Amino acid sequence: MAAHIIRPPLRPSNTNVVARRMKSGLVSGLAVLATIIVVAPLIAILLYLLKQGVSSLNWDFFTKIPVPVGEKGGGMENAIVGSGVILALASAIGIPLGIGAGIYLAEYATGTRMGNLVRFTADVLNGVPSIVMGIAIYALIVLPQKHFSALAGGVVLGVMMVPTVTRTTEEMLRMVPYAIREAALGLGVPAWRSTLTITVRTASAGIVTGCMLAFARVAGETAPLLFTAFGNAFQSTSLNEPIAALPLQIFVYAVSPYDEWHRLAWAGALVLIVLIITSVALVRFVVSRGTLKGAS
Amino acid sequence: MAQPAKIPVSDNDASFSDAQPTAAPSVVRSFLIRRGSSSVADGIFYGLVVACALSIFGIVVLIAYELVTRSQLTLGKFGLSFFFRSAWDPVNSNFGAWPFIYGTLMSSFLALLISVPFALGVAIFLTEMCPKWLRTPLSFLTELLAAIPSVVYGLWAIFVLIPLLRDYVNPKLMFTLGWTGFFSGPNAGYSMLAAGVVLAIMILPIISSLTREVMTSVPMVQREGVLALGATRWEMIRIGVLRNARIGIVGAIILGLGRALGETMAVTMVIGNRPEIVKSLLAPGYTMASVLANEFSEATDDMYLSALIEIGLALFLVTIVVNACARLLVWAVTRGAPARAA
Repeated sequence: MAAHIIRPPLRPSNTNVVARRMKSGLVSGLAVLATIIVVAPLIAILLYLLKQGVSSLNWDFFTKIPVPVGEKGGGMENAIVGSGVILALASAIGIPLGIGAGIYLAEYATGTRMGNLVRFTADVLNGVPSIVMGIAIYALIVLPQKHFSALAGGVVLGVMMVPTVTRTTEEMLRMVPYAIREAALGLGVPAWRSTLTITVRTASAGIVTGCMLAFARVAGETAPLLFTAFGNAFQSTSLNEPIAALPLQIFVYAVSPYDEWHRLAWAGALVLIVLIITSVALVRFVVSRGTLKGAS
Repeated sequence: MAQPAKIPVSDNDASFSDAQPTAAPSVVRSFLIRRGSSSVADGIFYGLVVACALSIFGIVVLIAYELVTRSQLTLGKFGLSFFFRSAWDPVNSNFGAWPFIYGTLMSSFLALLISVPFALGVAIFLTEMCPKWLRTPLSFLTELLAAIPSVVYGLWAIFVLIPLLRDYVNPKLMFTLGWTGFFSGPNAGYSMLAAGVVLAIMILPIISSLTREVMTSVPMVQREGVLALGATRWEMIRIGVLRNARIGIVGAIILGLGRALGETMAVTMVIGNRPEIVKSLLAPGYTMASVLANEFSEATDDMYLSALIEIGLALFLVTIVVNACARLLVWAVTRGAPARAA
C-alpha cells in the first residue's frame, strides 16, 4: 500500500529516516516471526497426534470396550457411544433453547434494555468456566439423585451450548433483510409463521453453523463431565446411570502410568479431533459459500 | 423505550380481523376473516421465545444459588478468611484457598505474559501485512488452535511439552536465570511454568482473533492519513491502528484472562497438583479449577464438599467480573454486533 503513496518531503529534523525504516522492518519481521511461532505448535500437535493416533488406531478401538490393566487390546466403544448419548441429549436441550432466545433477541428485542441484558448475560454465561457449570449441575441433579448419571452430563453440556447458539442465531437473523419479513407480513402470514418459515429458514445455514460450533465446543469438554457423567467401564446407554465419554476416557488414560492406556488415549484424541475439525471445517465451508444465499 | 415502528408486533394481524367490513367484503378481506386472528398463536410464540431468553437468566441465577447454598458450611465457619488461609487438610476439616488462588493467578499471569506479545504479532501480521491468499488459511489455522479440546492439549503437554521443558529449556533457564529465584530447585517438568505455557497456547487464538476484529474495525482512512504524513509501516500501525484500537485490545486480553482463569483439564494434567506456594516457577503448584477436578468426586464429608464448592463460587464470581469488564471494553470499540469468542 505504501508504495502507491507519494511521500511528502520529510521535516528537516527527521534525519533518522534510516533508523525509522529499520525499526519498521524489525517490527514487521517480529510479527512474521510471531505468526510462525504460533502456527508451529499447532502443526506440531496435529502431526504428533496423527503419528501417535494412527499407529494406535484399529478396528478394535471402535468395537471393543476397555480391558483391565495388563491385558492387550480393548477399545473405547463404550466411550464413543457414551459421548454420542450425552451429546444428543445436550443438543436436544441446548439447541431449541438457544434458537428460541436468539429469535427473541433478533425479532422482538432489538435495541431494548431487556434485549441488551439477555445478550450480556449470554456472553457472561459463555465465559463461566466449564468446571463451575459441572459443580452447579452436580449440586442440582447428582446430589438429589444420589448417583452420577448420563442425564446430568447431558444437561451440563446442553446448558453450555445455549449462549453460543443464541448469539450466532441472533447474528444470522439480523442479516436477513427487513423486506423479506415485510413481504411475508404483507401477504397476511401470521407473525410467528413468518418468523419460523421465512426469516429462520432464510438464515438456516448460518444457524446450523452456530449449532455446529456449539456442538464442536462441548464435544471436547471434559471438566464438567468428571462429576456428572463420571465415566463407566462398561457399555451403557441408560440416562439414569453413569456413562463413559470420549474426553473423559482420554483424560483417565493420559494420566495413568500404563503404556497401553497411553496408546489408547492418543487414538481417542485423534478420533475426537477429527470429529471436531470436520465440523469446524464444514462450518467454514458453509460460511465461505455465503450463509444467506438467495436472501437478497 | 418506545418500540421502533418497523418491528412486526402481533397487533398488526389482530387489527385486520378486528376491522369490521362495512360494505360487501372483498375476496381478500373475506379470506382474512375466515382465516381468523393469529394473535393467540403469535402470543404463544412470543411467550415461548421469551421463556427461552429468560432461561438464560434462570441458568445464571440457578448456578449462583446452588453454589451459595451448598457452600454455607465453610462460609459460616471461616468467613472471608477462607480465601487467605493456606491450610488444606481435609482430614481435620481445616481449609484455606490461598494456595489455589495463588496458583490460578500465577499461571494465568504467566500465560498472558507469554501469549500477549505473540497474539498481537499475529493480529498485526494478519490485518496489516499478510498477503491476501495467505490470510484465510492462517486465520483458519489459528482458529483451529481454539477448537482443539483442552484434554488433547493436556495429553500433548504430558508427552511432548513436559519432556521438552524438562530436558532442554529448564536447565538453560536454571543456568542463566537461576539467580532470580524464579527458576531454581528440582526440575520435575510438572510445574507452574508448564501450566503457563500450555495456557498461553490455549488463550492465544482468543486474544489474537478478537484483536484482529478490533483492528479491522479501525477505519482505513486512519491508516492512509498517517502514511500520507510520511510514517513508516510500523509507525502507521502504532499511531494509526493500535492507538485507536487499544481499548478493544485490552478487552481481548482480559477475555483471554477469563479463559485462562477457568481452564481446567490441561492445567490439571501438567501443573503437578501440590497445594504449596513456592517462588520457583519450576515447582509444582495447584489451581482453583484443578483442585475441583481432582478432589470433587472424592469429597465425602460435607465440610470438604462445601470448601470445594466455595472455591467454585469464587471462581464463578471472578470470571463473571472479568468477562463483564472485557465485554464492555470490546463493545465500546466494535459496537453493534459484538465479537464472538472462538
